[in-house]
Amino acid sequence: MSRGRLLLRMELRSNPEVLCVVRSAVTRLATLLGFSESDNNLVILALDEALTNIIRHAYQGQRERYIEATFRLLQVPGSGVPQQAFEIVLEDEGLPADVKRLNPLPLQETPVEELKPGGLGMHFIRTNMDKVEFRRRDGRNVLRLVKAIPVADSH
Amino acid sequence: MQIDIRKLDHITIVDAVGDIDYSTSPELRKILLHQFCELKIPRVALNLTSVQYVDSSGVASLLESLKASRDLKSRFILYGLNAKVTQVLQLSKLLTIFEICENEEQAVKP
Repeated sequence: MSRGRLLLRMELRSNPEVLCVVRSAVTRLATLLGFSESDNNLVILALDEALTNIIRHAYQGQRERYIEATFRLLQVPGSGVPQQAFEIVLEDEGLPADVKRLNPLPLQETPVEELKPGGLGMHFIRTNMDKVEFRRRDGRNVLRLVKAIPVADSH
Repeated sequence: MQIDIRKLDHITIVDAVGDIDYSTSPELRKILLHQFCELKIPRVALNLTSVQYVDSSGVASLLESLKASRDLKSRFILYGLNAKVTQVLQLSKLLTIFEICENEEQAVKP
């Protein structure tokens, strides 16, 4: 269980229209933590895709179901300079996640005619974050995403 | 998201304003497919200058539109991509699949 410092907790309904609100808030938070614009984009994309998956799959498109999003700052043990990481934990009370869907095949260069966009969301999540962990606990899906915060250059 | 359509001489421009995500991508998809499949417009440019964010459902809509355009031997052009949108297409390994122009002037050139 994470023992990081709580930064923000959100309780929201599974309404896709609030995704932009979450993106705005967490974009600001990630900037404050020191993520570059590019890494910030990666984090937001992963978070947004994960929330979308909850709405689409766990809740089958229902708009009034409960989602909890918790954001923490972790201290990562290691040698040398202390490292921090940004942890996102999403919990929902929906259908158990399909484990196969959580592990999509790698994207390949494919002719346009054969391209199918399914699995792109999970690809973004797995590619953009350093750790992606899923478990089922007390009837809830719990998705944990972690991304290391780059150490600022010291002069 | 707001979507406007401008019909020029030889091209239809779809102006999108806002984020393209799970909430808004269905509308964009519907409009783009309508241009190609029902109206049989031979050249459609999607103006992304005022689009700040695209998620995987947005990418799927763009891809579906591209496929429809190719089936009908039409052209589908994207222009005005910012760094975020470019990054999403790069992550999707689709950046080279689309016809992308820097701006409207390039997109409308005959």
